[in-house]
Amino acid sequence: MSLRIDALAQLLSVAAAALALAFVSGCSTMSQVGGVVGQATGVMNADQAEALNKSALAIEKTFQDITPEQEYYIGRAVAATVLVTYKPFDREQANAYLNLIGQTAVQFSAKPETFGGYHFLLLETDEVNAFAAPGGLILVSRGMVRCCKTEDELAAVLAHEISHVDHQHGLKAIRKGRLTSALTTLGAAAGSSLAGGQLAEVTKAFEGSISDITSTMMNSGYSRTTEFEADKGAVVIMKKMGYNPAALVTMLERMQVQLKADNKGFGKTHPAPEVRIAELKKTIGTETQPEASPVRQERFQKR
Amino acid sequence: MKRQSKRWLGLGLIVMIGTTLVAGPVTMSVQVKSGQVLATPSFLGKVVTRVNYGDRLQVLEQQGDWSKVTLADGQGGWMHNSALSKKKIAMKAGSQDAQTGASGDELALAGKGFSSDVEADFKTKNRDVDFTWVDKMEKIKVPPESMQQFLKDGGIQPVEGGKR
Repeated sequence: MSLRIDALAQLLSVAAAALALAFVSGCSTMSQVGGVVGQATGVMNADQAEALNKSALAIEKTFQDITPEQEYYIGRAVAATVLVTYKPFDREQANAYLNLIGQTAVQFSAKPETFGGYHFLLLETDEVNAFAAPGGLILVSRGMVRCCKTEDELAAVLAHEISHVDHQHGLKAIRKGRLTSALTTLGAAAGSSLAGGQLAEVTKAFEGSISDITSTMMNSGYSRTTEFEADKGAVVIMKKMGYNPAALVTMLERMQVQLKADNKGFGKTHPAPEVRIAELKKTIGTETQPEASPVRQERFQKR
Repeated sequence: MKRQSKRWLGLGLIVMIGTTLVAGPVTMSVQVKSGQVLATPSFLGKVVTRVNYGDRLQVLEQQGDWSKVTLADGQGGWMHNSALSKKKIAMKAGSQDAQTGASGDELALAGKGFSSDVEADFKTKNRDVDFTWVDKMEKIKVPPESMQQFLKDGGIQPVEGGKR
């Protein structure tokens, strides 16, 4: 065991040298750099270099393959950051109804179980907008709810957001460099808790990740392909759940009219509704208008 | 009679296709904060017991998105596959598992990386970011019975997956 620790200490000291060079060269990945530097400088033999390569690769994979627990903490901070700009709509009954539809729809998604579960909250703004934070914290504006005229349409909006979480679109917005920047800190701290400077380093990577996700969600928006993927996922959830997926089309048609006068929120971050409708119709065909349900309409209007 | 036996044969085939018998029990970990073990492979099934993050259990059989599990205390039931991981979850970074250096493919360290410690540090550095409503929204949980009632009242009939 002590041999193992000695070897690890030696490897870590070499890793520090490797990292320094990585900053200079700027393009090698951490998983490759150990062997190249170590051997080139004669600090370690081929076996040690191989061991470092394996160790660096393991750490890199661990961190890039963000665990559900880490995804949960990222999601919490993303939601809290969105709530700096948008105030919550503090009405218990309305939020309860939103969660009733949303959490039920989640059961028909591909990955219904997340670390902290799915939860939905209304935002007090007329802007037409919705945000899906990693792990399943979903924020929906009152403007977006007003854009929906039926429960089925609101379910379609929520299904689209659930699909973003399912596909981990938020996490994919994190710049690759962010994750590798914390790599050595985590590697050096293997077997012990993060403390002092190490904690500060990881928090810096965390802040950067939150910023990458929120700026994508609130300003630049996801790519068209990503939005189409979320729409397709929404159709699957709607069908499994028993709603007519054409409700997503009727909602987008209304949004098309509403967004023309307002280039905020969805108008800024999403492809034009007509583009999404055209893409959706490839998946669902020319499905008929969703049938009206008096019970659903009544509870939707009472919310 | 002949038609009925054909129907049973068809049903039998569907069940067989949907069920995967695991060759010997496979040990898996609970990867959600709090998981439910249900009496049937359905979210609307009765809750048999609850399990916690990192708990290890045996998977005996899989049926679509669901796994039939047995706990260390002998209790058993069904869990959705998305709540389970093949990785062993070491609850303390300094634990034996962490020190023996199992690779990231086999081991996940609880509280490692982005964790409650990091969130606490983030909060001190970003005083304008308030988590009060995040904590509040996390408390909104819809019980399975309410979901069932919601679907029934609204005349919504699930087609496949989920509760089925």
